[in-house]
Amino acid sequence: MAREKTLTLKINGRRETATLPSHRTLLEALRGMGHVEVKSGCEKGDCGACAVLVDGAAVDSCLTLAWTVEGRAITTVAGLGDADSPHPLQQAFADTGAAQCGYCTPGLIVAAQSMLNDNPDPDEDDIRLALGGNLCRCTGYTKVFEAVGQAAMAMKARGGDS
Amino acid sequence: MTQQSPANVEFRQVGKALTRTDAPGKTTGRTPYAGDYAMPGMLHAKVLRAPAASARLKRIDASKARALEGVACVLTGPDLPDRLAPTDIPGQTGQKRMDTGQPILVRDRVRYFGEPLALIAAETRDIAEKAMELIDYELEPVPGVYDPEAALRPGAPIVQGKDNVVASQKMRKGDIGKGFAAADLIVESTYTSQFIEHAFLEPEVGLAWVDENEVINIRVATQVIEHFRGIADAIGVPHNKVRIRGAMVGGGFGGKEDVTVETYLAVLAKHTMRPVRLEFTREDSFLGHGKRHPFRMTYKTGVKKDGTITALEVRMLADAGAYVFLSPYVLLYAAVAAPGPYRVDNLFVDGKAVATNNMFTSAFRGFGGAQACIAYEQQMDEVAAALGMDRIEFRRRNYLKTGEMLATGVPIQSAVWTEECVDRAMAALGAPSEAPHPAARIGRGVAAYQQSYGRITWLHDTSECWVGVEVDGTVVVRSGVTDIGAGQISALGQIAAELLGVGLDDVVIYNSDSAVTPLAGTTTATRALYMTGNACRMAAATLRERLVERAAASFGVAPGDVDMAGNRAFVIGRPDTSMPFVDLVKLCAADGVHRSELAIFRAPFTDPIDPETGQGQVHPDYTYGAHAVEVAVDIETGEVTVLKSIGAHDVGQAINPAAVEGQIEGGAAQGQGYALSEEMLYEEGRLVTPSFSEYLMPTSMDMPLVQSIILESRSGLGPFGAKGIGEPSLTPVAPAIANAVADAIGTRVFELPITPERVVNAIGEKQGVQT
Repeated sequence: MAREKTLTLKINGRRETATLPSHRTLLEALRGMGHVEVKSGCEKGDCGACAVLVDGAAVDSCLTLAWTVEGRAITTVAGLGDADSPHPLQQAFADTGAAQCGYCTPGLIVAAQSMLNDNPDPDEDDIRLALGGNLCRCTGYTKVFEAVGQAAMAMKARGGDS
Repeated sequence: MTQQSPANVEFRQVGKALTRTDAPGKTTGRTPYAGDYAMPGMLHAKVLRAPAASARLKRIDASKARALEGVACVLTGPDLPDRLAPTDIPGQTGQKRMDTGQPILVRDRVRYFGEPLALIAAETRDIAEKAMELIDYELEPVPGVYDPEAALRPGAPIVQGKDNVVASQKMRKGDIGKGFAAADLIVESTYTSQFIEHAFLEPEVGLAWVDENEVINIRVATQVIEHFRGIADAIGVPHNKVRIRGAMVGGGFGGKEDVTVETYLAVLAKHTMRPVRLEFTREDSFLGHGKRHPFRMTYKTGVKKDGTITALEVRMLADAGAYVFLSPYVLLYAAVAAPGPYRVDNLFVDGKAVATNNMFTSAFRGFGGAQACIAYEQQMDEVAAALGMDRIEFRRRNYLKTGEMLATGVPIQSAVWTEECVDRAMAALGAPSEAPHPAARIGRGVAAYQQSYGRITWLHDTSECWVGVEVDGTVVVRSGVTDIGAGQISALGQIAAELLGVGLDDVVIYNSDSAVTPLAGTTTATRALYMTGNACRMAAATLRERLVERAAASFGVAPGDVDMAGNRAFVIGRPDTSMPFVDLVKLCAADGVHRSELAIFRAPFTDPIDPETGQGQVHPDYTYGAHAVEVAVDIETGEVTVLKSIGAHDVGQAINPAAVEGQIEGGAAQGQGYALSEEMLYEEGRLVTPSFSEYLMPTSMDMPLVQSIILESRSGLGPFGAKGIGEPSLTPVAPAIANAVADAIGTRVFELPITPERVVNAIGEKQGVQT
């Protein structure tokens, strides 16, 4: 049998414990723990649907072993906001119609947040580059660029108030 | 034909880019997809696939796999009843067309690479994967055929039927001989297109269980909940013992139109009597569902010097792959679309769909109409060039106009705004871009199209929708329609809100359950808004009449004097004489007024077309429009960059303009991949592009900002005069890009995709000819 270990993961600000074998990916672990907002699209790091933030930077959770992120801050799209208190990216994706089938949306929002953590004032090329690892088959990306640009402005305005 | 809206209704919800009802859940990760459901005691399933495209299964032994601890069930071909998997066109009329079945699991003959050999259900996915390796089988190679032309030759290996021809389609109009005799010039070319993968981001997935009534429930990502009938037939249970419960679908594009995981789940749940979950890997998905048909299309056009088309002769050959699936219908669509949105008095079309040992081909957004457009719009540019005429002017002289007859001999039902769409799209290209570097050549291209919305009229299509009002003034819509991401259900909400004078937030839509939501038919064929939108509109309009009548009685006026808006009922012109909507609903409840309505919408029903001439009605109606692009081609590397991409479409009436733009933008991206980079490659039937690192779709780095121009003739057969836009948005994109590349480099690449290698070769051949 594969070696197993009980580890504590910090997911969306809460500590959760799971017993996992060494080969278990973060994607499998998160979904197995009920975080099904993290989507599986290819399990090969090609599509970006499974992206989550680890200490603020987007990673493909399908390529990350769960054992390697113990103690680090893991944030899924659900950890950014909810329907009552949406994150500016979530609000902008909804307002602009950037989510169609919605399956790639959690990964796109996470990748956009990762970029905004480093670069709060992105231009269109910055946005394109940041989302280059996230495939979307519905939108053609036009409204996605618009949503990320809108969210960046909203976050800057909000940041400016504080 | 179009139903008129009540005279006292102005649009308050329809035509507005409202935030879709499904958006908050999708953007916060709260929306459950079919793969997000689990049940206690659930088993995990896998499909073992044949690693050969043409072979005989000599033996298969699953005993070692069955003996593995944690394996609940292994099924092979001999374990299943002698029935076929459902592969014919799905629908509510149960019209069976031909024997198109495929064994659920291979019994003796493997006909395509990846054909399922065995099903495994185990306690964990790891165990199921281990068990797959323990299944012992022997495949004996059998000569196969991998090219439709080769499959037609005498002595070719037979894959299906007696001669591999799985469908033929003719169109005959006028006198083709006289037409060519009258021509001043004849142009002939052959255009080819490739296998294309849907590549929805959500792989096929489902969860099945048997409930307390012995009903097999299947929660599944599908475009078609009506498959419950075919699944029941395949596993040998009555239709009322299979229930499909959909979920928000993570993309479809025709790839979840056929049955995918459902039959496997149903047999495993029936055998184990435990919940079973099956999720395809990406490679399973690529191997597990049909692709877009490659077409080889030879176009021969006769024209007069003034640009009038006198004759068109078209020969089409489609690769159907190893099983029939929807090939006959795709071929029919292609043949009907063959002349495009142009007046052709003398027409001859012969099409064939031919079986090979390649992956089977079936529905894909555009459904044959897209392939035809690739040919007719490139041909239009070639003919214009041969005439020395401007390519827009040449088209202008041949556009079908409102009120004219289709090539199938029936009048067009709606407005034809092709010319407006082409002109608007071209104008929006603006000033030509500067070449970004010395080796870059700028080119422009446009394509117009005619693409159906609604199903083939001899399928006698219907759709049902129920609308009800709760006593607190909230609204419930129930309809079986599946939502594959285009905003199908949110549009129903806007329609109901419009007619009942409430907000979209006041409406909840229950959908996609074959047992408890009224059957709405498939989300395919650009029919969901047309069909279910009309049913919703009818139900809501009836309900509205009852509510208005009750309000009029309270106000002491005639019903025609009452309107409803802003969650109030009021007398028109006397806003002070009003009551809250919720109070009106309570009055109705107290009086026993029926506060719900179930409506059925019926598309036009016709008999099939004449098989010898193709004359007769095929579709309810058509959408018209155009796409224009500007590209930069690097003549040294052959790389094509799309700089501008503009869709102009007459959608009749946009119910939600943001959703319409979403279709146009997404269609632009899929069409761009179709033109430039995407190809499912098979070598002797074996898939050599099994992942997203080999199958290359446009990314955020490749797509320009797409511009949408929405025209509204209000002439369509859908609710409030809407037409359909789901498929039409994609159809003209690839030929527009092909025409732009030809414009840039002065020669044409006749094969899609237009890869850098093909561009460089075409330039080299042109220079070779010139030197």
